[in-house]
Amino acid sequence: MSTALDEVQTPLNDNTAVASEAAPVLLSVDNVSLSFGGVKAISDISFNILKGEVRAIIGPNGAGKTSMLNVINGFYHPQEGRISYKGKTRKRMKPHQAAASGIARTFQNVALFSGMSTLDNIMSGRSLKMHRGLIWQMLHVGPARNEEIAHRQFVEGIIDFLEIAHIRKQPVGKLPYGLQKRVELGRAMAMQPELLLLDEPMAGMNLEEKEDMSRFILDLNSEFGTTIALIEHDMGVVMDLADRVVVLDYGQKIADGTPSEVQANQNVIDAYLGVAS
Amino acid sequence: MNKLVEGHDGKPVIDNHARLARALPSFPHYLLRNAEQFRHQVAMRHKDLGIWREWTWANLLVEIRRFSLGLAQLGLQPGDKVAIIGNNRPRLYWTFAAVQALGGVPVPVYADSVAEEMNYVLDHAGIRFAVCQDQEQIDKLLSLKDSLETLEYLIYDEPRGMRSYDTNSVLAFDFVQRLGEQAVERDAGLIASWSGDIDNIQTDSLCVMLYTSGTTGRPKGVMLSYRNLIVTCLNANRFDHLSQREQTIAYLPLAWVGDHVFSYGQSYVAGYCVCCPESPDTVTSDRREIAPSYFFAPPRVFENLLTSITVNMEDASKVKRGMFNYFLKVANKHGEKILNRDSVNPAAAFMYGLGKLFVYGPLKNRLGMSKVRVAYTAGEAIGPDIFRFYRSLGINLKQLYGQTEASVYITAQPDGEIDANTVGTPSIDVEIDIADNGEVLYRSPGVFLGYYKNEQATNSTKTPEGWVHTGDAGFIDDAGHLRIIDRSKDVGKLNNGSLFPPKYIENKLKFFADIKEVVAFGDGRDYVAVFVNMDLTAVANWAERNNIVYGSYQELAAHPRVYEMVHDHIQKVNEDLASESRVAGAQIKRFLVLHKELDADDGELTRTQKVRRSFIVERYGDLIEALYSDKTEQFVSTDVTFEDGRTGSIEANVILATVDGYRTPQMQEAV
Repeated sequence: MSTALDEVQTPLNDNTAVASEAAPVLLSVDNVSLSFGGVKAISDISFNILKGEVRAIIGPNGAGKTSMLNVINGFYHPQEGRISYKGKTRKRMKPHQAAASGIARTFQNVALFSGMSTLDNIMSGRSLKMHRGLIWQMLHVGPARNEEIAHRQFVEGIIDFLEIAHIRKQPVGKLPYGLQKRVELGRAMAMQPELLLLDEPMAGMNLEEKEDMSRFILDLNSEFGTTIALIEHDMGVVMDLADRVVVLDYGQKIADGTPSEVQANQNVIDAYLGVAS
Repeated sequence: MNKLVEGHDGKPVIDNHARLARALPSFPHYLLRNAEQFRHQVAMRHKDLGIWREWTWANLLVEIRRFSLGLAQLGLQPGDKVAIIGNNRPRLYWTFAAVQALGGVPVPVYADSVAEEMNYVLDHAGIRFAVCQDQEQIDKLLSLKDSLETLEYLIYDEPRGMRSYDTNSVLAFDFVQRLGEQAVERDAGLIASWSGDIDNIQTDSLCVMLYTSGTTGRPKGVMLSYRNLIVTCLNANRFDHLSQREQTIAYLPLAWVGDHVFSYGQSYVAGYCVCCPESPDTVTSDRREIAPSYFFAPPRVFENLLTSITVNMEDASKVKRGMFNYFLKVANKHGEKILNRDSVNPAAAFMYGLGKLFVYGPLKNRLGMSKVRVAYTAGEAIGPDIFRFYRSLGINLKQLYGQTEASVYITAQPDGEIDANTVGTPSIDVEIDIADNGEVLYRSPGVFLGYYKNEQATNSTKTPEGWVHTGDAGFIDDAGHLRIIDRSKDVGKLNNGSLFPPKYIENKLKFFADIKEVVAFGDGRDYVAVFVNMDLTAVANWAERNNIVYGSYQELAAHPRVYEMVHDHIQKVNEDLASESRVAGAQIKRFLVLHKELDADDGELTRTQKVRRSFIVERYGDLIEALYSDKTEQFVSTDVTFEDGRTGSIEANVILATVDGYRTPQMQEAV
């Protein structure tokens, strides 16, 4: 009996740890500062993201979390400090370069094409991977057609993964908020990113939707090995999902570590609950 | 027992030996036959990643045999019980035949049952293998594994999320199939011996165990033999002339006997194609793509479809809405006759033809019912208007009455003999009898072997002569059709001796859209009286259109125009009741419209929205007594619980009304 089992070792039953301490650094932020005129949004922050981990960035309102994500994907350019991604250090990067190098993101407010269907929205996430030019795609024959079929197949895999087959053909503008968030995640997944930045993926969701979304994020991380950096307010969610947490307050880093370490940190408690003066 | 009924089309009920002698002994036998006879024909479809994938009967045999041989490698023995848990997916359907081919017994389990309920069933059945759809089910079983001593292997269909599980007892479906393949590579003779083993299956042996959902007490494991199911399926196919050319969509729970018979039994016996939807949420659009020719749905599915049609038509353009309404009237007038192939005048036939072109055809296409030859509904009473709506469109919707213990079919409506109030004539080879207390009894080749490990329940349900107690009260009407009126324990008697079936009366009233809930009283009383709960959405809409001003639910409920409306509805129901001799005495004499909505928070309804009669009798005792007096008004004060948990009370003077023209048969005779 056991011999029969040993003979076939299916990759599906293969047990591999995704993230471990020895994992290489995928992205590191060194002494980054960002200010808008006189307002210092981020001052002198350093932290890193390891390959294959779920990294959370938390902090009270206005702590600089979204600015941090915008810096990472090249939307803002920090005045000081540097960012290295996959070992390459860069001073200035444009968002489309970030996208091409494997960084995808979702937004705090849903940013989908509301008149287009779920399928088309997610397909739009594949546009960077399409190699045939405009004319070919308009003709929709031969190689362009084959290419689209391959992309569609990939997108169908995402639709199945996110369990949104029932809204495949519906315009996303008509969908409930929780589902729109899911479609947005799908579009980011379509880019096959190495690093996925999620800006409050669970904002405004009810408990059930949050549980679903948490499961998708965990599965995405473990099945596809995607590294995830997320901003989230719901502490329960963060503690369950994240491998490591960095805490910002007033643009400064006040703690960095595993969820339990961060939770016990006095600075964090003060920042969230306020200090008696 | 007083009346014995002849079988379908008046033939005697003794079974037709010549026909049944041709029946094969088991479903794996049918699999082998279909793989031979219908080898290139599509046996199963499944929409996966947006594309319909198909398997011919020959493909199906290969897939099933691989899995079956894999199970044999894992040590599945004849008599082993195998749980099947999940949605309607091809591989779960294959498991039935794969297990049966080895002499094992499949036990489908409701996928949405909570771990504790599942625990009871799995433990009671003594499950050794469980074939599950996905991680969700595997997790549920793993949480129970310590208390389930017999459970050895968990097999899953969808690999998602299954990376980090114990590989020795949790296996992928593919993996088990590969075990089977490798065994064949080592010993090519296995294929022949696998087919040889199928030949040894005894037709009277246990084929499948189906647990009844258990609304009362613990679930009971209904044991059905191959003979039970195969004879029933052959008869059902003959009754509706179903052949290998049919196509059906499988979307109802696997553990439910109906799905087992429609999507497995009848399909194997006839050789027709079963299509599995992409997910439970996509059934409507998948059905449209498949256009099944044989279709089953409980009444609520038909109700929901009709509601969505009505809502969408409200938003449609004026021209479309006008056409829809006009042709619906035409259909209402002539559709039923045309469907029954009765003669209609040429002008009407022409208008119906036009309607078919512009409205009925496109509408049926939208519903995925363009190709439906036979559609059934069962399980609950269906509203006559809903029933007629579908039939008038030219959809051959029929009712049937069945039970797990009967392998589904007890009665069904033959083509052309359709009435919304009956459930049809006895199915082929079924005998029906009505006991003195009104309970329906039946005897048929489909009657179950017994309840698993529950001799006592078996003996109280099935007589030594093979008659089965349904627990439902009913009667055979003048046309020879069975009418089910209520659960037999709920049926009471009025003081004048007539039958009082509360649910039958309540349902008739509830079919009016303005009425949400009804509670009927009458057992041991002189006449029938009812509480009516209006449907606020419908009545508010009606009030707006009729310029009726009101300040609260209570005020609207007491409005004379509302009383008038309810009164008219009751009169119609009374006319209906008067036309049926068995229940003519149970016409409604007095009624009131309740000042508050019956609510589960106040304990008046169960959480599944069923009326808790005993509680209502206690709570509204004053109102009931007032209905049986001459009073025209009664003061009542009721405690209520608000949604945020606070409590308060509602006080009202409830108006009591008497129905005009109430006249029971006794009164008729006296005149």
